[in-house]
Amino acid sequence: MSHPDFSDCRVLIDPAPPRCHASHITDGALVSVEFGIIGQQLVNGLTLGGMYALLALGYTLVYGILLMINFAHAEMFMFGAYVGLFTLQGLAQIEFFTSSGPALLLLYLLTFLIAMVATGILGVIIERFAYRPLRHAPRLAPLISAIGVSLFLQNAALLWISSRSIPFPVLFEVRTFRVAGANISSMQILIIVTTIVLMLILDTFVSRTRLGRAMRATSQDRDAAGLMGVDINRVIALTFFIGPALGGAAGIFSGMYYGNIKYNMGFIPGIKSFTAAVIGGIGNLRGAMLGGFLLGLLESLAAAYISTGYKDVIAFGILIVVLIFKPGGLLGESVTEKV
Amino acid sequence: MLRVDNIHTFYGKIEALKGISIEVNEGEIVTLIGANGAGKSTTLKTISGQLHPLHGTIEFLGETISGMPSHNVTAKQVIQVPEGRRIFPQMTVRENLDMGAFLRTDKDGVAEDMKKVLELFPRLRERLSQKGGTLSGGEQQMLAIARGMMASPKLLMLDEPSMGLAPVIVDVIFETIKRLNEAGITILLVEQNAAMALQTAHRGYVLETGSIALQGSGAELLRNEQVRKTYLGEV
Ligand SMILES: Nc1ncnc2c1ncn2[C@@H]1O[C@H](COP(=O)(O)OP(=O)(O)O)[C@@H](O)[C@H]1O
Ligand SMILES: [Mg+2]
Repeated sequence: MSHPDFSDCRVLIDPAPPRCHASHITDGALVSVEFGIIGQQLVNGLTLGGMYALLALGYTLVYGILLMINFAHAEMFMFGAYVGLFTLQGLAQIEFFTSSGPALLLLYLLTFLIAMVATGILGVIIERFAYRPLRHAPRLAPLISAIGVSLFLQNAALLWISSRSIPFPVLFEVRTFRVAGANISSMQILIIVTTIVLMLILDTFVSRTRLGRAMRATSQDRDAAGLMGVDINRVIALTFFIGPALGGAAGIFSGMYYGNIKYNMGFIPGIKSFTAAVIGGIGNLRGAMLGGFLLGLLESLAAAYISTGYKDVIAFGILIVVLIFKPGGLLGESVTEKV
Repeated sequence: MLRVDNIHTFYGKIEALKGISIEVNEGEIVTLIGANGAGKSTTLKTISGQLHPLHGTIEFLGETISGMPSHNVTAKQVIQVPEGRRIFPQMTVRENLDMGAFLRTDKDGVAEDMKKVLELFPRLRERLSQKGGTLSGGEQQMLAIARGMMASPKLLMLDEPSMGLAPVIVDVIFETIKRLNEAGITILLVEQNAAMALQTAHRGYVLETGSIALQGSGAELLRNEQVRKTYLGEV
């Protein structure tokens, strides 16, 4: 992990209050010095896992509806982080937002809202123009199209914004609490709690609302859902709004947590979150949440107890073992039931 | 009520329907019989908007519905109970029934219809919170019909409702179809079980490789020599 450079964050956000405490951030970051403490790694793992889970939901939602792996989804993570950064910087110019605690909270709420909506709209546009025309084409075609969109977005960010890491400032004071020997930062708490709230909202939406039921029906039998009166194209568009919106939020969290963002920041989390979705049982929302948290925890524990360098090898090794015993994923239906 | 006028429907370059004309009057049970692959399901799918005819028109209550996407046809209360039941396997029986009423805004009417279909199919009432995929074949067919009823259909189109069911259950299904019709629902019934379909229906059409070969009242077709040979298994 590269340590964030906060030396220039005051330049970036001009009227920013002197609140950029880089030292506080590193306290709670992934590679902790408190190796002996499992609680520490659990909190680190949940923080990381929350980001994976949010991103994994987008893969699983789209797969559930279209049986398609949206390879461009990793770029929603990046796009959300960039929009989040620019929104944060823009709003921070307005004195009101940095004048008090509640105003700062409002600033962050608006930042998330704007970035999530913008990323959601990007998702809808991608579906409309890159995937929908290929809906009846052979399965490989939309996959290639997705890879194209992914490369396009990465290169756009690289060429039009920057090829280097951009610092992502934190406008509030990150405090660290010592709980049972573990250092827990307010940043981690914020990320974990917000992630869980977003998941609960999604879960309630899908299981309790009319539109959520239409989404589930479409994923179980698209033609039959159409016969019930469900407008399939609207459901697909909705899916391509929700997934990217959540992925975008995860991107902002990543920026806040690690202190910087980069044009290719989506790649590794994208692969890991896709894996998390598969582990949970692709197409299954709760599976994606479970898989995300599980991967985050495994990775953190492996980094702490075995080796930082081998953490991915170990985490993925365990996941492969899981898949050998449960090929459909932890919460997925077995293949025979699917017919 | 329904007027299908000379429709041609293609799967790619394959012409599955080669100019089909059908009429269904209000209050009727009309059946469409024919061998496997004759184009029965294609006809229903073209009416319900899952497929679109290249030529020809479909009118329902004087309004052209050909070319509409299936959710708009459903909004006209032209309801298809698809071949193979196609219930939502991961949803409970109750959720499946709710999906049937997806477009309805009259809450009282929906509650009323829910009561009615559960009276009609008491076995579904016992299984309301069971997942659709865990029901037996006969129960799934009942659920598929009940789900269609929840849409408050003006025209109910059933695609091979007796397929793969035990004879006792087949009797129940046909009995139900008659009762629904007596309650005022117009029915277009696709069947391979030609004998039972023709006995139940007022009128029928015989479909052969994408064209109408014969048509007439149920009784007429039952007496027709060609029908007896080809579809009723008589020598
Ligand atoms: N999805 C499809 N793609 C290509 N051909 C199809 C498809 N579905 C049906 N057909 C063909 O169209 C013809 C009519 O099929 P169908 O309407 O299903 O017949 P039926 O319901 O009378 O058994 C058949 O020759 C069948 O092979
Ligand atoms: Mg058929």
